[in-house]
Amino acid sequence: MRLLLVSGRQFIRVVTATTTGKIALAICLLCLVIGVFAPWIAPFDPAQKHYEAGKLLRLSPPSWKHWLGTTSLGRDVLSQMIWGVRPALLVGFSVALGSAIIGANIGLLAGYFGGRLDNALMRFTDIVMGVPFLPFVIVMLSVTGKGLWSLILAMVLVMWRASARIIRAQVLSLKEMPFVSAARITGGSELAILYREIAPNILPLALVNMAFTLAWAITTEASIGFLGFGDPDVISWGGIIYDAFASQAMYRAPWWVAPPGIAIMVLVSAVYLVGREYESVVNPRLGGR
Amino acid sequence: MLEAISLTKTYPPRMGLSMPWRRPAPVVAVRAASLCVAPGEVLGIIGQSGSGKSTLGRMLVGLEKPSSGRIMIGGEDVADLLRRDRMAFYRRIQMVFQDPYGSINPQHGVFETVTRPLLYQRERDTKVLQARAKDALERVGLRPAARYLETHPHRLSGGQRQRLCIARAMILEPRYLVADEPISMLDVSIKWDIIRLLKRLVTEEGLALIYITHDLATVRSLCHRVMIMRAGEIVEEGPVDAVLDAPRHEYTRALIAACPSGVPEVAA
Repeated sequence: MRLLLVSGRQFIRVVTATTTGKIALAICLLCLVIGVFAPWIAPFDPAQKHYEAGKLLRLSPPSWKHWLGTTSLGRDVLSQMIWGVRPALLVGFSVALGSAIIGANIGLLAGYFGGRLDNALMRFTDIVMGVPFLPFVIVMLSVTGKGLWSLILAMVLVMWRASARIIRAQVLSLKEMPFVSAARITGGSELAILYREIAPNILPLALVNMAFTLAWAITTEASIGFLGFGDPDVISWGGIIYDAFASQAMYRAPWWVAPPGIAIMVLVSAVYLVGREYESVVNPRLGGR
Repeated sequence: MLEAISLTKTYPPRMGLSMPWRRPAPVVAVRAASLCVAPGEVLGIIGQSGSGKSTLGRMLVGLEKPSSGRIMIGGEDVADLLRRDRMAFYRRIQMVFQDPYGSINPQHGVFETVTRPLLYQRERDTKVLQARAKDALERVGLRPAARYLETHPHRLSGGQRQRLCIARAMILEPRYLVADEPISMLDVSIKWDIIRLLKRLVTEEGLALIYITHDLATVRSLCHRVMIMRAGEIVEEGPVDAVLDAPRHEYTRALIAACPSGVPEVAA
């Protein structure tokens, strides 16, 4: 707990040290606030159909009532955009956390115990490395059915591979440090050494990886939504673009397509930049602090 | 009494590609080394890099398993003791490492560093930990302890970090301490402070110290007996003055000749 607090404080201090970091972090926090308070911020129910003079308000350009116009079914684009933050962040954070936990543990065990366990885990990682994501997720969703949590599971099952390798490499050098010997001869058990002495030292690295995974997961969630494999009951940015594409309004209603596209771009870049700023602590070669 | 009887450590050979038909010989790090130390005594182990002196030290504290030979501590067989009660063995013998930077976990504060051994020995009472941490720091000259307990090790100098490492080893009240080149990474001005500290622990608390080094000047002031190691073998052994003043083995003579002593001569 104390360690998380210290890491959190260090994270904020490092990221806010530069203007880029401040702006990027502000964008991320803004999205978080919008996501949490979506029902209160959104001007309309995103599924509500709007009528004008008895007729469905199809593809209305931006107006004072509908700031970002309406969809081909007469729904408010702005409200859909605001609700769409939720799946993006939910998927992003769940995938980042899930794959970090699995990847870190596999990396720790393989790196620390070495030998046969290392060999088995790393060959397994190699196999997962070869799994192409899109076909995998399509097959998996066809079995489990569309759903946000199936999608998250599919991404976690693939994404742990990168952090497992990076963390294993770090553990290989950490376990040779004299402080590990010192812990051993003062009575530390293998598990205590692994989780109380070594694991805290890979936490910053795991955090950096989480940020990059988060960015990747948001993009991927949108792509999956655009391909039509998203959860049909959840409004997501990728899903909004899919709807626009399916109703052949891609080029006729830019107010419908551009907002989700820009939102994905801005949020993903912001998350990436936060990760990059924080990476300078872990990897001093990048210069700076 | 700590006794090692004919300790040998061999490592499996690296499989070379150059001559695969020839079975490579195992690497012998230490060959048939025997030693003993009694409470209140300092045994110096001298040798150049790669002479096996560190491996010998690591075997004594249980970090490496001897390939053959046995170690007795207070009349008990160490291999037995390790199997029966690991913790009891660690409470009897401790080690101080060469690198005062690498031997402190960068994620730990001073308090955590010095009390971790107690935690591993199942001591959880915060009050006890506080009191013993304070006591351990004062004992190694980190005074006032309260001030050091609040800081982080990365704010300490190399000498202070090495004192912290000694405090961590001594908090378990061991009767034997292996110090593996504890001063070789320290500033010259600091190293004598550490030597004085070790000397005090020996004379005042009756600690038995095994001092591994290649610094002959400190050996003379600290040790009672010395052993000279070369290529894994002990080539000479005896009281410190006898060995350093009248070396019998030619390697010892070469070693002493190679070490600068006194004031360097300046060419006119």
